Amino acid sequence: MVGANGESRYAPAPPKPSDPDGFCFHSPHPEVFSGQARHHHRHSHQNMASLKLQPADQKVLPKAKKTGTTICGLICHREGCVVLGADTRATSEAIIADKNCSKIHYLAPNIYCCGAGTAADTEHVTQLISSNLKLLRLNSGRQSRVDVACVLLKRHLFPYQGYVSAALVLGGVDFTGPHIYQVWPHGSTDSLDYVTMGSGSMAAMSMFESRYSHDLTLDQCKDLVHDAVLAGIFNDEGSGSNVDITIIERNKPAQILRNMDTPNTRLHPMRFQMPLKNTVVLREFIELHEAAPVAPAAVPAPAKKAEDEERAAMPLE
Amino acid sequence: MSDPMSYNGGTVLAMNGKNCCAIASDLRFGVNNIFVGRMHRIFPVGKKILVGYSGLASDCQTLNETIQLQTNLYSLREGRQISPHALTNLISTDLYEHRFGPLFVEPIVCGLDEKNEPYVCGADLLGCLSKPTDFIVSGTGMEMMMGACESFWRPDMEPEELLEVISQCFLAGLDRDALSGWGCVVHVITPTHTRTVYLKSRQD
Repeated sequence: MVGANGESRYAPAPPKPSDPDGFCFHSPHPEVFSGQARHHHRHSHQNMASLKLQPADQKVLPKAKKTGTTICGLICHREGCVVLGADTRATSEAIIADKNCSKIHYLAPNIYCCGAGTAADTEHVTQLISSNLKLLRLNSGRQSRVDVACVLLKRHLFPYQGYVSAALVLGGVDFTGPHIYQVWPHGSTDSLDYVTMGSGSMAAMSMFESRYSHDLTLDQCKDLVHDAVLAGIFNDEGSGSNVDITIIERNKPAQILRNMDTPNTRLHPMRFQMPLKNTVVLREFIELHEAAPVAPAAVPAPAKKAEDEERAAMPLE
Repeated sequence: MSDPMSYNGGTVLAMNGKNCCAIASDLRFGVNNIFVGRMHRIFPVGKKILVGYSGLASDCQTLNETIQLQTNLYSLREGRQISPHALTNLISTDLYEHRFGPLFVEPIVCGLDEKNEPYVCGADLLGCLSKPTDFIVSGTGMEMMMGACESFWRPDMEPEELLEVISQCFLAGLDRDALSGWGCVVHVITPTHTRTVYLKSRQD
């Protein structure tokens, strides 16, 4: 179709350089971001104009918290249930930002989801899908289906073309039986018996490939998932700390085994007793909580006797 | 333009204690390696809750104003003060709203909840929350502070010791971070009062 000014209305947008790391300085999907798409996701884009002002060669991407991760899940066919596992390390480049974060997210009473990738994305995507599943349950009066959770996730992720970097292992049991789905950041999904994701996925998959079978009992499945996560913890630098496991059985509340194994506790805690009144204090203020008007604690009152040194140090007043 | 997260500099550190918690920050406001002036980066949200912001100074102030607006409306609407738990969720959604053009802020909430239990929680610039049992650091001095805190923090510290530990950890880290310094303020929150202390620190 050709518009009045002669240009094609449906001409594809000119290709733009892509930015790594999930921060896009241009709109990766103009329909979504211009509000024309029938989407209910509302991201603000007020700061994107200022980001565009930076010269392309000088753009510095800030670091967000990532979960260099080992997550995995499998179906126990013998007992018709699902076992999910995850490590608990969150990294920000080489710094361990959180030693004991929780990567197995709640979606519904019978559905849980492990998240790898940018931590904020996995957290907020699972919260959004959890809300939508709850609304569906309230409307329909039926238990949530794992398949529905999977479709909601991919419908959210696909329009963002991978910029919402959430790599998920979705697991649950509904009236059709146990299900494990692998959900990729670009929105593709796989339905499999056993699945691993994250930077430790190869280590974890090595355990699954050598030991998984349809005849495993639930206890054997739990041990296998535990060992797969341990393989990631010890062999992948992005994964570490403890093992979390969630077991979902049919018509039973999910078993959440948070920190079911803690192989990396500190061995020699110092319990150092700090000598008191050792720090040099310039001035101090005490605000009682009973007082009715809340005085801002951060703004100091003028000191009675200001020494020269103090005055030099504190020209704020 | 350099990395927005280290453009102005600054560090915030918060620690849990026994029925108390503490938050510390430096006072430097700079532009890259040039010292410009001093600014506060810890602000109260009602009683017994303080929020510290590190990162780009303009975004710190913008987020603080947004949070103050929303928490004021919350307390008018609900007839009670916002809980630290609700506050962190509010901050998290506010930050994730700007997912593709983020506010370059890493806030830390430090306070006592309704049961006077200590609550310390941090968020990254996209709004991913992390709620540690011990301490949390954000800002340009994060790497330096973390090592000291890992050594000196221990569970169930009384307010006096907590003040000493957070002060020593913060000052130790501050001396090794070129983009933080020029004074240091520590707040210790207990069920009865908030104690605000200005520490003597290097001015270079």
